[in-house]
Amino acid sequence: MSTAAHCETHGPEIPASYGTLKTVVLVGPPNSGKTTLFNQLTGLNQKVANFPGVTVDHHTGLASLGEGRAVRIIDLPGIYSLAARSEDERIAYEVLTGQRADTPKPDAILLVLDSTNLTRHLMLAAPILSLGVPTLVILNMADDLKTRAGKIDREALERELGTSVVMVAARSGQGVDGVREFLASHMAAPKPVLLPVLQDVPKCREWAGSIGMSAAYRPPIPPKWTRRLDNVFLHPVAGPAVFGLIVIAVFQTIFTAAKPLMDGVQRLFDNSGAFIATSVPIPWLRSLLTEGVWAGVGSVVKFLPQILLLFLFIGLLEDSGYLARAALIADRTMARFGLQGKSFIPLLSAYACAVPAVMATRTIENKRDRTATILIAPFMTCSARLPVYTLIVAAFIPKRPVFNVPVLSGLLSQQTAAILGLYALGFAAAVLTARVLKSSVLRSERTSFLLEMPSYRWPTFRSLGLRLLDRGRVFLVRAGTVILAVTVGLWITANLPYHHGKPPAIEDSLAGTVGRTIEPVIKPLGFNWKVGIGLITSLAAREVIVGTLGTIYGLEKGADEHSLDLQASLHRDLTLGGAIALLVFFAFAMQCTSTIAVVRRETGGWKWPAIQFAYMTALAYLGALAAYHIWS
Amino acid sequence: MVLILKVLRKNLKEGSRLVDLRKGEAAILERLDLPGEDAQRLMELGFLPGAQISVAHSAPGGDPLVFRVDGSEVALRRETARHLAIKRL
Repeated sequence: MSTAAHCETHGPEIPASYGTLKTVVLVGPPNSGKTTLFNQLTGLNQKVANFPGVTVDHHTGLASLGEGRAVRIIDLPGIYSLAARSEDERIAYEVLTGQRADTPKPDAILLVLDSTNLTRHLMLAAPILSLGVPTLVILNMADDLKTRAGKIDREALERELGTSVVMVAARSGQGVDGVREFLASHMAAPKPVLLPVLQDVPKCREWAGSIGMSAAYRPPIPPKWTRRLDNVFLHPVAGPAVFGLIVIAVFQTIFTAAKPLMDGVQRLFDNSGAFIATSVPIPWLRSLLTEGVWAGVGSVVKFLPQILLLFLFIGLLEDSGYLARAALIADRTMARFGLQGKSFIPLLSAYACAVPAVMATRTIENKRDRTATILIAPFMTCSARLPVYTLIVAAFIPKRPVFNVPVLSGLLSQQTAAILGLYALGFAAAVLTARVLKSSVLRSERTSFLLEMPSYRWPTFRSLGLRLLDRGRVFLVRAGTVILAVTVGLWITANLPYHHGKPPAIEDSLAGTVGRTIEPVIKPLGFNWKVGIGLITSLAAREVIVGTLGTIYGLEKGADEHSLDLQASLHRDLTLGGAIALLVFFAFAMQCTSTIAVVRRETGGWKWPAIQFAYMTALAYLGALAAYHIWS
Repeated sequence: MVLILKVLRKNLKEGSRLVDLRKGEAAILERLDLPGEDAQRLMELGFLPGAQISVAHSAPGGDPLVFRVDGSEVALRRETARHLAIKRL
């Protein structure tokens, strides 16, 4: 599963001249360590892309072989067979057989199998070898096999399969040179061997068993630590308690540990902004750079540490294997709302970003379950809401502990509690919506839940690092494009029309006029025209409102020389009730063009995204209205 | 009482089911009473007739169950495990 995936195509350019490069496809069952090996082979030379017209994404990268030589590697999603029942399997089949116009027929296949669970994983070797393409069979986790007293006769396995076999420990990089050697060789086609009828699963398993036997395969003893840990993590009492503690610890860390880093980024922008202010002589350019670009982009970029921390935790949970246990613990709750554990993984990813979450729903075979999951995913509190929440909560909610007793006081501050409350609010909206959908328009008869529990493993710095780099890049690219464009556009409309050669007061500007035009509609929610401008600009992406307010207050600051920071400025424009209403509005509203676009693509039309947008906006308005009335 | 009788009668008619296994118990899978596609998926994960299956864990609420089968651990809902016929060891 790919939780903290990607919002858009990005990454270093890979040369377009594929003609001269050989194409190698990496396949293997889920949990075989395929992606770890891919990271080892390609390092930073990789990017994420979607196959046109379908929802299956794949990683492409360059593996350098020394002496200026390289091959292109395509990493396909994990599959158990080539039976083409799911879209993943169908695409894998088409890529492997060269039936897709967008990818050349592979020159070779790297088949990654978990050596600690070899007999079952060998079942995939039958359909792969039947393709007749040069294939290297990679027995991953060879270190685990050895320490847990398992063994295999590699040479005998080579004879049985009629192709080369290497032992690899992708996590430590041990044996990866053997893969590079194969890629640098002339890559011979496999010798023909007797294969079972591919459609007959029992026959395939029988074949795999006999191959394992001939290669003297001795399965390793069961993973001791995984069982010990599961006795705790899946314990009727300790299990849910650990689950809850992990969630609280993650969020508490995000909001406390990130603070000094965020302040550091803020200072960087303040200082460089002050430097620009003194070194740019032209007044309007100075205003554009400091009050427009710097105030706007800076107020968003400062959230980078917090977002990276969130992705770090999701990465740790996923790579360690705990995420599958979390899905298991959550399944019963999900079932109560008509969903299933498989919906849990996309929904958890939606805490990072709804775009990869919507894409991750494709693992749900049941179409109605899938649609329901797509429709509720944007309710989960994505990382783009964090800047908004953090800003408002820091400005309006006191830092005092919730439990004012000695031991518990350090556990939960009111600010953390408020943010957790918002997470809960989004979750409640999601599950209640799911329940309504699943008992009406999207009712389905039977849902199944089928999830393999991987062994616990130490996450590696390499894979966590690559993931964070990827996320940081996406966030900064967005800050440098969408948010920059909106900020500059806002600055322009906030400085027009000129009167007597001078920019207008912000309320008389074009932006101010738009804000004041919609003010009657949002006044019942406790918002004034300045917040109104933010609501409009944040239609592009939620976090844009922070930059917008930064720009507006930056301009005001320039006008009346009051040096108020963003938080203090907000206090002049929002009451506590209005602030809570704004938080509720952002918890519910679908302010994200990327999500709308991906839902349209995944559901194959405008119908569902239109319904979703209307529903979420209505809920946001009514929720904010109620919140404002309760707290004022 | 009626419920117990019903369950008993059902068990007599249909024999033991995977869902009846308790934690630590093992059995041999006899049959998958599921539509083709669902059965295929389970079989790819090792739930093949003749395979030995034991219950490793259950989720804190008692559902889903985690089964140890063919070298790995796979979680299934009780609802699904009810469709798998077993022979106790």
